[in-house]
Amino acid sequence: MGVRTTAWRATAALGVAVLLASCGSGGDGGGEQTGGALEGRGEVTFATGKDTSGNMQKLVDEWNASHANEQVRIIELPESADAQRQQMVQNAQVKSDAYTILNLDVVWTAEFAANRWVVELPADQFDLGKFLQPAVKTAQYRDKLYAAPVYSDGGLLYYRKDLLDAAGVKPPKTWAELTAACQAVKATQPAIGCYAGQFEKYEGLTVNFDEAVHSAGGDVVDSTGKPVVDSPEAKAGLDTLVTGFQQGIIPEKAITYKEEEGRRAFQAGELLFHRQWPYQWNLAGKTDGSSQVAGKFDVAPLPGLKGPGSSTLGGHNFAISAFGKNKATALDFIKFFTGESSQRSNLLATSQAPTLASLYDDAELIKQFPYLPTLKESILSAKPRPQAVRYGDVTQAIQEAAYAALTGEKTSDVALKDLQAKLQELLK
Amino acid sequence: MTAVAHRARGRAGSATSGAGRLAAALLSPTFVVLGLVVGYPLVAALRESVFRDGTDLDESGFVVEGSRFVGVDNYTAIFVGESAARFWNAFGNTTVFTVITVTLEVLIGVGMALVMHHAIRWRGIVRASILVPWAVPTAVSALLWRWIFQADGVANAMIGQQILWTTEGWQAKFAVILADVWKTAPFVGLLVLAGLQIIPNDVYEAARVDGASPWRQFWQITLPLVKPALLVAVLFRVLDALRMFDLPFVLIGSRKESVETLSMVAFDEAASLRFGPAAAYATILFVYVAVTALVFVRLLGADVIGAAREKARK
Repeated sequence: MGVRTTAWRATAALGVAVLLASCGSGGDGGGEQTGGALEGRGEVTFATGKDTSGNMQKLVDEWNASHANEQVRIIELPESADAQRQQMVQNAQVKSDAYTILNLDVVWTAEFAANRWVVELPADQFDLGKFLQPAVKTAQYRDKLYAAPVYSDGGLLYYRKDLLDAAGVKPPKTWAELTAACQAVKATQPAIGCYAGQFEKYEGLTVNFDEAVHSAGGDVVDSTGKPVVDSPEAKAGLDTLVTGFQQGIIPEKAITYKEEEGRRAFQAGELLFHRQWPYQWNLAGKTDGSSQVAGKFDVAPLPGLKGPGSSTLGGHNFAISAFGKNKATALDFIKFFTGESSQRSNLLATSQAPTLASLYDDAELIKQFPYLPTLKESILSAKPRPQAVRYGDVTQAIQEAAYAALTGEKTSDVALKDLQAKLQELLK
Repeated sequence: MTAVAHRARGRAGSATSGAGRLAAALLSPTFVVLGLVVGYPLVAALRESVFRDGTDLDESGFVVEGSRFVGVDNYTAIFVGESAARFWNAFGNTTVFTVITVTLEVLIGVGMALVMHHAIRWRGIVRASILVPWAVPTAVSALLWRWIFQADGVANAMIGQQILWTTEGWQAKFAVILADVWKTAPFVGLLVLAGLQIIPNDVYEAARVDGASPWRQFWQITLPLVKPALLVAVLFRVLDALRMFDLPFVLIGSRKESVETLSMVAFDEAASLRFGPAAAYATILFVYVAVTALVFVRLLGADVIGAAREKARK
């Protein structure tokens, strides 16, 4: 190990890039642990995805105004999540101190913690009881806290309130109720598609597959981290989607849907039910003509097989890079960012789901975001995606299996059996 | 100015013994730069391809650090075992894309060049409009085509059917080929046009006097005379197509069997932090490209450097 190897690795990666002319990666697998106390005060950097609303900058300005000697500087990374992860990983592998605070997707915690790229945070300095517990779990690796939950996210069932009311049915709690409700609406609206989620072969498919399995009472991994996707419950979950496609409950073209394609279809009035994140609320409610369904929809918790369903957790956590300087300042800034006033301002500016439970019960906020109580319910019953050190491989295996089953390339039995074997190898 | 030129000319003419040394000294910066930006990374990538990072976890869940020397294991793992199917699929896709797209691009590109060459009115507009696709960055044009090929997109509206272009199957291959041909046929056209413009007009006049039909003129005058330029264009396109990455990656998506190319496999491995196997894939692709180029130059006599030297001498 050491500096020489690191240099070798960095140039080797450059070599790959030269050979490919389109790829770049760096790297060394590890280094000495810098852990222990979080010390040092001074300037820190904050590496994050795109600050689309400008509110991050606003909060950082607020912090900088009162901390003249502990300035925070935002470093915006590319918009795509994969590219963000890659940049952070590359930085960690060359042990660069360029990034101090890292804005991590909830599924990256295990990888960053296990590689010692981020340091353990003092759990007693965060009032974790006030946070939504599923969100806190996403920030932990092997029961230790490696990040602070900042944004959460849960899936919601968007439905056309006008059409359900006209047909005289209530929002469904189970998959059977959903199909029945759709049949009732189809009597007058024969062209409408019943249901769609995110089924293109990408991270969204993992989210939707996990939801289907969890909502049927199954699990992807059990509490000890062992894969259990060959269970009858998991099969029942996947089969709801498979038969949904076969029977036309899910429109055929939904296999190409990511979030945005589905949102366009819902806003064009092509869908009765749509599994989607909270961000769709504002966009579908716009009255400037971009949405045909403004004022005609509402949200409900996701349906399950026999009772209420269970969402997959999304969101982002902030962690401190093991190689960054001034970790004490970084910790203070994270505390500031996860505090109530910051989270409130974030919710108002970005409509991203907060992690503090109290904000979901705030009457004033509910007035502005009527879906908050439903979202809280969704997040509280939500399940995380597998917390795997090699998460990239795990999610690809899941996408491979789910896509094969949904497109009819494999039966759900075979797909799940293959997936079980693959996960056993990856999670051992 | 003139004095300097005089002195330089004088030295080049008389002192032939010192010329070699001077040339070496003058060229040495080039060799240093080449060694740094091409040689060293290449060697480093080769070295990386015989190592593999540890992925095991210790008792408390931390990754056991360090990479170990695995010899040719990264290479054998590509050809035998479970990744073999993925490799050969990607190899097949890369080859099929290259053969089909380059063939179509040559046919269409030559047509475009003839049109550009013979356009009398609006010559500038015709040339500019043909070259527009080439000027669009590949990733951007891939986004554009994805918009055309989406479920409710222009393509489906035009044919009046609902084909899910971005799903696995022949339609995904077709979409990639169409988008690639659209984008790079103008490139072939441009190079062929350059070749057409150096054919002297009197050759055609003589042919007309002898009563040769336009068809015969094309086969016996235009094609043989434009061949050097055409071969260079084809060689460039073949080498480029073998490295195809951004178009299928953006248009169809990653990990889609129907369109996965060798570059995409290498990228995917690197993104999964398996740099050893990634470097091995990249090296194999490099060898494939190099061998193809060699065979091409030998068989078809595409004299890339020679032609340039010849031209420079004139």
